[in-house]
Amino acid sequence: MIATAEAPRPRPGDPAITPELVEDHGLSPEEYEQIRGIMGRKPTFTELGVFSAMWSEHCGYKNSKRLLRLLPTRAPWVIQGPGENAGVIDVGAGYALAFKIESHNHPSAVEPYQGAATGIGGILRDVFTMGARPVATLNSLHFGDLDRPRVRYLFSGVVKGIGDYGNCVGIPSTGGEVYFDRGYEDNPIVNAMCLGLMRKEDLIRGTAEGVGNTLMAVGARTGRDGIHGATFASEELSEGDDEASRPQVQVGDPFTEKLLLEASLELIASGHIVGIQDMGAAGLTSSGAEMAGRSGTGVEMDVARVPVREAGMTPYEILLSESQERMLVVAAAGREDAVREILEKWELEAATIGSVTASGTFRVLEAGVPVADIPALPLTEGCPTYERPGEEAEEVRSLRDMDLSHYISPPDGLESAFLAVVGSPNVASKQWVYEQYDTTVRANSIERPGGDAGVIRVPGTNRGVAASTDCNGRHTYLNPRSGAMGAVAEAARNVTCTGAVPMAITNCLNFGSPLKPHIRHQFREAVLGMRDACSHFETPVTGGNVSFYNETDGEAVYPTPVIGMIGVIEDLDTIVRHSFRDEGDAILLLGANRGELGGSEYLYAVHDGLVAGEPPDVNLATERALQRCLLAMTGRKVLKSAHDVASGGLAATLVESCLGRPRKGDGVGAAVRFDDDLPDTALLFGEDHGRVVVSCGREEEDRVRRIAADYGVPCTRIGTVTGEGAALEIETRSSTLKLALNVLNDHYFGTIPGIMSE
Amino acid sequence: MKVAVITFPGSNCDQDCVRSVELAGGSPSYVWHRETSLGDADAVIVPGGFAHGDYLRPGGIARFSPIMDAVIDFGRDGGLIVGICNGFQVLCEAGMLPGALLRNRSLRFQSHDCHLRVERSGTPFTADYARGQVIRMPLSHADGNYYADPGTLAGLEADGRVLFRYCDARGNVTHEANPNGSLNNIAGIVNARGNILGMMPHPDRAIEDILGSVDGLPLFRSLLAADVAVGAGTREVA
Repeated sequence: MIATAEAPRPRPGDPAITPELVEDHGLSPEEYEQIRGIMGRKPTFTELGVFSAMWSEHCGYKNSKRLLRLLPTRAPWVIQGPGENAGVIDVGAGYALAFKIESHNHPSAVEPYQGAATGIGGILRDVFTMGARPVATLNSLHFGDLDRPRVRYLFSGVVKGIGDYGNCVGIPSTGGEVYFDRGYEDNPIVNAMCLGLMRKEDLIRGTAEGVGNTLMAVGARTGRDGIHGATFASEELSEGDDEASRPQVQVGDPFTEKLLLEASLELIASGHIVGIQDMGAAGLTSSGAEMAGRSGTGVEMDVARVPVREAGMTPYEILLSESQERMLVVAAAGREDAVREILEKWELEAATIGSVTASGTFRVLEAGVPVADIPALPLTEGCPTYERPGEEAEEVRSLRDMDLSHYISPPDGLESAFLAVVGSPNVASKQWVYEQYDTTVRANSIERPGGDAGVIRVPGTNRGVAASTDCNGRHTYLNPRSGAMGAVAEAARNVTCTGAVPMAITNCLNFGSPLKPHIRHQFREAVLGMRDACSHFETPVTGGNVSFYNETDGEAVYPTPVIGMIGVIEDLDTIVRHSFRDEGDAILLLGANRGELGGSEYLYAVHDGLVAGEPPDVNLATERALQRCLLAMTGRKVLKSAHDVASGGLAATLVESCLGRPRKGDGVGAAVRFDDDLPDTALLFGEDHGRVVVSCGREEEDRVRRIAADYGVPCTRIGTVTGEGAALEIETRSSTLKLALNVLNDHYFGTIPGIMSE
Repeated sequence: MKVAVITFPGSNCDQDCVRSVELAGGSPSYVWHRETSLGDADAVIVPGGFAHGDYLRPGGIARFSPIMDAVIDFGRDGGLIVGICNGFQVLCEAGMLPGALLRNRSLRFQSHDCHLRVERSGTPFTADYARGQVIRMPLSHADGNYYADPGTLAGLEADGRVLFRYCDARGNVTHEANPNGSLNNIAGIVNARGNILGMMPHPDRAIEDILGSVDGLPLFRSLLAADVAVGAGTREVA
């Protein structure tokens, strides 16, 4: 490889660098001047493309970085915080867990099947490039209302894309959430999360260390798909983008991913390599530059050596392609053949494309002729960051301040409202979705989807890792700060309900355009809410993803800061599930009813899609006490069930605890009585935080009460489990409801299959 | 007993089968698909997954993997072979079992528990079950809809070669309990000689209480106790 420091010159055929071209690359005139300053000269077209990708919102976090610095990222159990391919925490018994969540919203809006599939592919690679074997996936999906045919098309395509990809690679899906609200009409939110386990000593990072070591391109060949995907993800969509944008969407190949997964883990175990990174967003550019940037070295690569799918690709295209299932590997000098041998076993290609240098630059040649030479650190870390003032939209303020007293009474009676809430697509079972995902492969799925949190066993131990994804977009829309706090609180309650100690989160922040003041307001408030909750719960943020520009024709999605929470169960014998079990068991409510209907499913489902009011208040101290109280109860094995109260309120929680899992009969009944001085709708459908419905054997009731008292958590006996085939009976101060289990079954399990088979 | 678990590049239940054999008390080993010999294996498991990606047709390419010649010979010599899920598809594609697995009736991938009725006891695969026993285990496939031509199907039934049938929790074989549209609710069959089993549901995922079911373990225990010598000739399956 040529080692001269000759400066790149424009290639024949390169367009001239004009202000318009700079603008097309998503760079402002000021940013372009900054680039000229860094380079000390005019950049070539190739270099402009590299900067455009690295300084895009997607890679450079230019509108979010300053605020994200406010988030807590440390704890004694955090091994790797933000900035790597994935965060890593210690989960005990010598194991570390790598985990991360990422968005694939834009591609999924345009081509739902491939968009979602490649989202799974990318997040798997982020995890196994840390040396961890992926053991579970979760997702968080938000779509428009299902009565729109286009939404049904997006929904079914996304679910099939996730399923086909994850099933083929053989990673169980253990949970997630799916929401439907007109706030996501044209911009679905498709976030995928992956958990991977490794022995602590097997951790490897995405670094290019050791001058003279060899850069190898591994896996699939580089094609013209997805060029400038990172920049595309950093723009708004507009009408007609479907067709025109398809070439920016990548196509997934899960079989190659499976091969790459096995080959990568074998490579890492072999000791032949010193660093490995996914060629994800901004492909070879970001993987090369980031690996050099992290280790303070430089890289030099020759694009003519990169295996390509078609002849005639320019350096610009090769550097910015986002073809899937590719890795950049740094092999120890002299071990290239050993690396190649492992890849050949897995029927994959590996090509030597360059080496680690001491230059500190990201240098690219084309058949020996320099085409780009950029200081690596300014490229990866020097992206200008902005924090412009924000302002709340007047419209949101007035919705929040709306007087809800007109909506307290249900227009068609309480029972009709009850069934409407339980049968609304948001509350109804997502069985139609998760039964399309392999949930049991690898035989470690201890708690499958449909409960509060999925639980995976740490192989060879009796430990478990619980995970949950949560964000109620309506709540964050009406009040981004308390909404984001609530998302963290709900996620923590969910993992705690299984008996797991909340440990850390990954987040995926889905917002509209940060160029708009009201979006900046939402973002700032949400980050602050998340900071407060994560600090209070000691669940640091170990990484994640920001997705701005989720807008179509100027309409932004609800601010949707999705939380992916991880918890650890030290002894799987203490695990608790959400369904009631035995006749005669006592049902108790932990926490207090306040009847907060703001932003509730009741208002949306029963009052013509109303999204208004102050969303439920979050009291962090109360939440923390509830978490500790629950863990004391699960640890002492006094509970038979525990289920969080969230979307759909107590109505949803009670129905889910009665019906349990499908395919196990009709469930069990319950007789419940509430003495709260609240209107029926507020009591049954209010989504107040800080509540969990538990059940226990009658002989344990006193112990449960004592533990609750020890932690200062209100604990009220609300009823009794009445056995198989009985009804759910609810008595309040003013009403009595008797709901047959088969009717509840039809509403809860039948809604989504019914809509999707129309 | 030594059990060879075949690993294709896209196998993803190979480690589950290895663990199942271990829990049942046997000695499993992985055999890579490019090998040409099964070594001293006493039985063979073809595990689930997507052998070669299955973009063409499930199991359609796997039969061309080098190891398959040895697997075919092993079966011809009377050796015991179990194909689970994709393994069942591979054995059908290789002509070792009759019929084919078509796309599920729902046209979707399906992953959930199912109930099975054990139609025969006393075979090398079901000795530890009682006839008529209802067992529960996960299934997870897009192409599990068993099909065979009417003559073949009649032969399977007449010879008692259907070992497992989809049923409800009480053991009734009903249309509603049929998850994928399989003819006669067929979930698992053996070949004419009775030494090769193919089944779509996953006994390898029902091996521990903590997973929700241990109903898969008797299958592996039966296999390990069967002690069928390779080349010992036709085994009577009563």
